[in-house]
Amino acid sequence: MDDTKRYERLLTRFRDGDISRRTFLTALGAAGVTAGVTGGPMGMLAKKAMAATPEQVRFDGWGGVVSEAFEKYAFAPYTKKTGIDVVSGTFGGADEYIARVKASQPGEFNLAHLSGVFDYARYHGLELTSELNESNIPNLKNVIPTLVEPLRKITGGTISAVPYDYGTTGIAYNRKYISDDEAKAKGAKLMVDEAYKGKIGGWGEWKTRIWYGALQSDQDPNNIKDIDAVWDMIRAHRDLALKYWSSGAELMSLLAEEEIYVTEGWSGRIKALQDQGHDIGYLDPAGGLGWQECLFVLRGSPMAACEELLNFMLEPEVAIAVAEGQSYPPALDPQKIDLGEIIPTLPAFDPSGTLKSLSFFDPAYWNENEADWSKTFSRVQRGY
Amino acid sequence: MAADIAGARRTPWLLLSPSLATISLLLIVPMLFIVVYSFWLRTATGADQVGFYLDNWIEVLGDRFYRDILFQTLLIALYTTVICAFVGYIPAYFVANTRMKSKAFLLLLLMLPFWISYIIRTMSWINILGTSGALNTLLISMGVIDDPIQMLYNQQTVVLGLVHYLLPFMILNVYVSLDGIDKNLTEAAQSLGCTGFQAFREVTLPLSLPGLAAGSLLCFVLAAGTYITPIVLGGPRDAMFANLVFEAIVTQLNWPLGSALSLVLLALLGALVVIYTRYLGIDQIAKSFK
Repeated sequence: MDDTKRYERLLTRFRDGDISRRTFLTALGAAGVTAGVTGGPMGMLAKKAMAATPEQVRFDGWGGVVSEAFEKYAFAPYTKKTGIDVVSGTFGGADEYIARVKASQPGEFNLAHLSGVFDYARYHGLELTSELNESNIPNLKNVIPTLVEPLRKITGGTISAVPYDYGTTGIAYNRKYISDDEAKAKGAKLMVDEAYKGKIGGWGEWKTRIWYGALQSDQDPNNIKDIDAVWDMIRAHRDLALKYWSSGAELMSLLAEEEIYVTEGWSGRIKALQDQGHDIGYLDPAGGLGWQECLFVLRGSPMAACEELLNFMLEPEVAIAVAEGQSYPPALDPQKIDLGEIIPTLPAFDPSGTLKSLSFFDPAYWNENEADWSKTFSRVQRGY
Repeated sequence: MAADIAGARRTPWLLLSPSLATISLLLIVPMLFIVVYSFWLRTATGADQVGFYLDNWIEVLGDRFYRDILFQTLLIALYTTVICAFVGYIPAYFVANTRMKSKAFLLLLLMLPFWISYIIRTMSWINILGTSGALNTLLISMGVIDDPIQMLYNQQTVVLGLVHYLLPFMILNVYVSLDGIDKNLTEAAQSLGCTGFQAFREVTLPLSLPGLAAGSLLCFVLAAGTYITPIVLGGPRDAMFANLVFEAIVTQLNWPLGSALSLVLLALLGALVVIYTRYLGIDQIAKSFK
């Protein structure tokens, strides 16, 4: 008998008058302490707590304009239509969120706006994936198949998330100091150009640093033959860089304030800077990094309510409105859905819907090396 | 009679039991979990492998990388503490000895920074020292420099951010110590022929040392445990030991290694507190919070 059933029986006994209110609360409190409060080693004693009630689902995202777009165009109409509340939370990064989920009990977190296929595989590795009933999400048929297939491959044919948007991590540069021609000619090597020492930035995330280190050492990031050459490039970049940024807001601030002239950047954030009037160029170099974001349903969630929300969020008008709000193209297939006038102008948009021009992390390859590379990057970053 | 003695012995424990229960539940039990975690292993998938393994401890204690970062952390904490002691003593002395009626107001000013988030206070330095920040703009407008000076994102700005954060702790501790000194002692010293400076050096300074030591301990421990300041104000290489704990737990999802790292830091800083308590007494710190 699982804990959920145990809780239900406890509640039934209380309602039937078999146990007193005090006994009921004491039992529930004790269960709460062991299952919910402590976590960690104590969590082994109680692997499940009560899932969120079907009257509400919890959604966690990146905050800022993205969450505002979700709230306005998706959650409010969804609640109005279904009566199910969406409790919205935010996180600062994918790593922070997975650590929070790992410390929680199944059902405490339900849906999340997560990055890429790599994280999907990490969640699967931690046995946090669920199994979506795709017949409850008819709008899934409008999603670009290239984005769905990698997810299926990881979870053995089923999916635990629906792709929602995509973008690239390309090279952003200040046109006042670096011309489009120079950026194009140098590509990824622009970020290890000694001429810009002290004016170079970079995302302090090990995967991105290794990806660009591979490009800078003329290697395929999904099939690195000489990892030492990659570390050398990361060291070269580190010694030339002023700052490793850790959030989109910091990226925008460093470029806008001209603390740095060149860095990698997220396509949507650079578009936002351009819209604010900053003369920032953006280039996806050969082998540039593409990624997708998905709406992930965690194990232990109320599946029917989550599936209904996913279907609602994949409604073209909702997905397009959210995409315009966050400046990332939606995962909807432009060959099937008219995406309007703004979406085709967004960076990284692929009108063919095949995404063949983009390179993505190979989740199997990167997950296999994650433990070793993330630890080594921590050392290289500090001067080793 | 025996029952009365037993009852009298039980009473303090009964009165202390809510506090002891709270401390046990919120401090000791979680810490025990961390100890247990440190003997587990992280699997390739990120899940924890339950068992009793010494791998994390062997890695943490045997790897030069961790020792170097720990040394760097202690050095940064030491710089911060020394600067706080020098810079903090003067305002503490002024507040303790002022005859202004607004002494309470001055103390309130010391507390003001605590009303603003530590992260916001740290980030404010970007607007002051940045390329287009207030200081560069001022220097350029005055014609002192032609191009902005790169002042941010190095170890010096990390120390600056920590001093900004910790200075009030130092000032309050020194102030409490100075305020408790009998003014008649310095007057007596001067009446016996000491100059003002000699009276300060021979009387005031030695008597204020417990406060200085308490402030130094607080500043050192808090500085050594910080991780936000290097993230916000440091460059690519500038990391402190707590950043490694954060990376192990959050980025690498290696809670067992992160637990071992955090226990090393805890043990080191705990040892400092024990030494301080042994020779000076922890009650000196408590005074500044009264």
